[in-house]
Amino acid sequence: MCTLPTSFTPYFLIAQRLGIALITLVIVSFAVFFATELLPGDVAQILLGQAATPEAVAGLREAMGLNEPAIYRFLSWLAGLASGDLGISYVNNMPVTQLIGGRLISSLKLAGVTTLFTVPIALSLGIGAAMARGSLFDRVVSVLTISVISVPEFMVATLAVVIFAVWLGWLPALSYGVEVDSWSAMLRGYAMPVITLSFVVSAQMIRMTRAAVIETINTPYVEMALLKGASRSRMVLKHALPNALGPIANAVALSLSYLVGGVIIVETIFNYPGIAKLMVDAVSTRDLPLIQSCAVIFCVSYLSLITFADVIAILSNPRLRHR
Amino acid sequence: MPQTPLVSVRDLTIGAKTDSGRKVHIINGVSFDIAPGEILALIGESGSGKTTIALSLMGHARTGCSITGGQIRVGRHDVTAMSERARQVLRGTEVSYVPQSAAAAFNPSQRIIDQVIEISTIHKLMSRANAEKKAIELFRALALPDPETIGQRYPHQVSGGQLQRLSAAMALIGDPQLVIFDEPTTALDVTTQIEVLRAFKSVMQKSGASGVYVSHDLAVVAQIADRIIVLRSGEIQEEGPAQQILDAPTHPYTKELLAAFEPVPHEAVAAGEAKVRSSILRVADLHIGYGKEFGREPALKVVRKVNFKIERGRNLGVIGESGSGKSTLARAIAGIVPAYRGTMEFDGKEFGMSLANRSKEELRRVQIVFQLADTALNPSHSIEAIIGRPLTFYRGLKGGQREARVIELLDMVKLPAALRHRLPSELSGGQKQRVNLARALAAEPDLILCDEITSALDTVVAASILDLLKELQRELNLSYMFISHDLSTVEAICDDVLVMYNGEVVEALPAADMSSKATHPYSRLLISSVPKLDTGWLSGLEQDPELVAAFSKR
Repeated sequence: MCTLPTSFTPYFLIAQRLGIALITLVIVSFAVFFATELLPGDVAQILLGQAATPEAVAGLREAMGLNEPAIYRFLSWLAGLASGDLGISYVNNMPVTQLIGGRLISSLKLAGVTTLFTVPIALSLGIGAAMARGSLFDRVVSVLTISVISVPEFMVATLAVVIFAVWLGWLPALSYGVEVDSWSAMLRGYAMPVITLSFVVSAQMIRMTRAAVIETINTPYVEMALLKGASRSRMVLKHALPNALGPIANAVALSLSYLVGGVIIVETIFNYPGIAKLMVDAVSTRDLPLIQSCAVIFCVSYLSLITFADVIAILSNPRLRHR
Repeated sequence: MPQTPLVSVRDLTIGAKTDSGRKVHIINGVSFDIAPGEILALIGESGSGKTTIALSLMGHARTGCSITGGQIRVGRHDVTAMSERARQVLRGTEVSYVPQSAAAAFNPSQRIIDQVIEISTIHKLMSRANAEKKAIELFRALALPDPETIGQRYPHQVSGGQLQRLSAAMALIGDPQLVIFDEPTTALDVTTQIEVLRAFKSVMQKSGASGVYVSHDLAVVAQIADRIIVLRSGEIQEEGPAQQILDAPTHPYTKELLAAFEPVPHEAVAAGEAKVRSSILRVADLHIGYGKEFGREPALKVVRKVNFKIERGRNLGVIGESGSGKSTLARAIAGIVPAYRGTMEFDGKEFGMSLANRSKEELRRVQIVFQLADTALNPSHSIEAIIGRPLTFYRGLKGGQREARVIELLDMVKLPAALRHRLPSELSGGQKQRVNLARALAAEPDLILCDEITSALDTVVAASILDLLKELQRELNLSYMFISHDLSTVEAICDDVLVMYNGEVVEALPAADMSSKATHPYSRLLISSVPKLDTGWLSGLEQDPELVAAFSKR
């Protein structure tokens, strides 16, 4: 083996990964800021409506600091972002932090429940299908995941509403306004959004987990375990799985990151009071600070998922852990 | 000696399903016995079914294969009639396995000791403490360094030769009656191979277990086996005591195998014959490395201070163990890895270090042929596309002209023209290597860099490739730079030899004088380590232990 410079320790690699995530975040916030700047229409004009006099519009522009150079506004926005000050909403004159606060928690709750629900099911289905490769179980799982992947989530959501809320009447069609005072009420409120999100997210996870495990099952060291007399479950759980951890973590993170995008449609359809719904509303009212903050929050959640998976992949590599 | 054999195999047939769903027999009615304490060798080329038979003794058939007929008895067990669960009990305790590549057969994320004693853990043979104690005894018997602590390391922290011996300890921990060795030294350097073979031989003698030794190398097998079975296309060709197979083979295929071992001295181009003994390539003070550069010097320096020249129509052999930098040298000459210091002169003109600094004409005149045709040929391109690409690139040939030239080139490497419509996966290993060579010839080069092009091939096939190279050289006035770890291959084709060790050329001399006049201790070690077709060679071999310790990374 060749000797690598000492800088290739796992801690160095992790620090490097975190640094890259931070730089990406700055680049993305730059893109978000200037992309929203490009949105058609003048905010002052829109806020004051059709009847406003040119003087009033100019005055408002001045007051909102819209006449400053864009780069200056970007930097001061970035500085505010770093110190937790997301600015003031144009539309209802409230701090963005206050608007987002509760909504973010609702969204995280939805994502968290979905994660808790999907990850164990998806991983066991994926690993199970890999273990029983070629069996009836494997084929049923494969067919189901492919059909679920091919159906867009707004379709799943609409079908769920038609079946469970309209025909069967088991669940409320809207999640908003449901009294969340008991377990059963909470379950009923969350059931449909969670089911819809899980469908799309878990299908990807199952397929990628299955592929990652099968790849390690086909290695000589798993065959060696077989020739030592190991049972099928020992081969998979003790020999294949630890080496598939990196790819599986990546599969999970990539799928969960889909929650970030998928949540927009689901929250809108079920009228769930989350951050995605807030962003959709902000776009229709051209509330720039709010749009920008929401976009950055989505970016942060995506980046942290991917970075987390990378860190797990680095830590699960024995060549990096034990040098 | 009327003795009940430990293993008896009768009319074994193993079937396989091809990708197209066709069923074929890969083992056809094979029968043999193994006496207690006997070591039986299964020898044959790749695809002869030797590993398949060996694995079937453990009741295992690889994906797509299944035992379709016959009977296998090991000890009191009828392996063919057993359930998979009962076979699990058998594996590791009665029959165990030493893999071809220990580097791949050790789980990278577990400590070595856990894997070595795993058989005793699975079958609950003894307490963990006892198992570890036993493992350490085995490590000692296998002459491993630091037997007390080597088990605490991870597989990537020990060398290939050590891993191979550790895998033998792994196989012996459960006191099996039969140990299967599946080409266990094929991936090792010759100098390392000796030590591993010695260790295997001595632990097998001590344990008294029977063995099955699978190999394609007659000389290696001759050192360890009592009896040899020669296989071809899933059928036994010849069977007999090792000495008899070597001295008095009866089957034509066995004779062919033995003939491939005969040294074929290469007749160098006579000094007077060549009109001008101009050098085609001259290399001075070449330094090559990889990685990030720090002040024009790369982080990892792999090759240092290399000087040589190749004369037109003559061949240079580069020999050394894995990691000695010989392939890197070929890559630097091809321009794939630019050398960071030194000079190269091609046909009297300065030669750019990197591909970007060479003209198309210069690129055309040096071609490289890689070791593994499997990975060097694009699996989704037809043979015609593969060979035709350099024709279009260098010669601008298109359509019918190009096709005619592809057929000509296939003919040059002795392949039928119809092959051009096939994909690489539809060709045998030897055929693929010929296509690989034809692609290099398509550019009509002056110098071909051959990077271990015969090491992945079977003995007989490799010999035919060498013959082809010689024939092409006579016709086309080529020069070869031939990289190999195998001394006899180099002697068969080269005029001059460079011996490389640890990134430096330690000795340069004419190939004909290699065995007799080499003076550098590493060259001597290398020469003495090449196994000979003589059953007593290994036990009679004496190597200076200090020399061995100094030069082999064991």
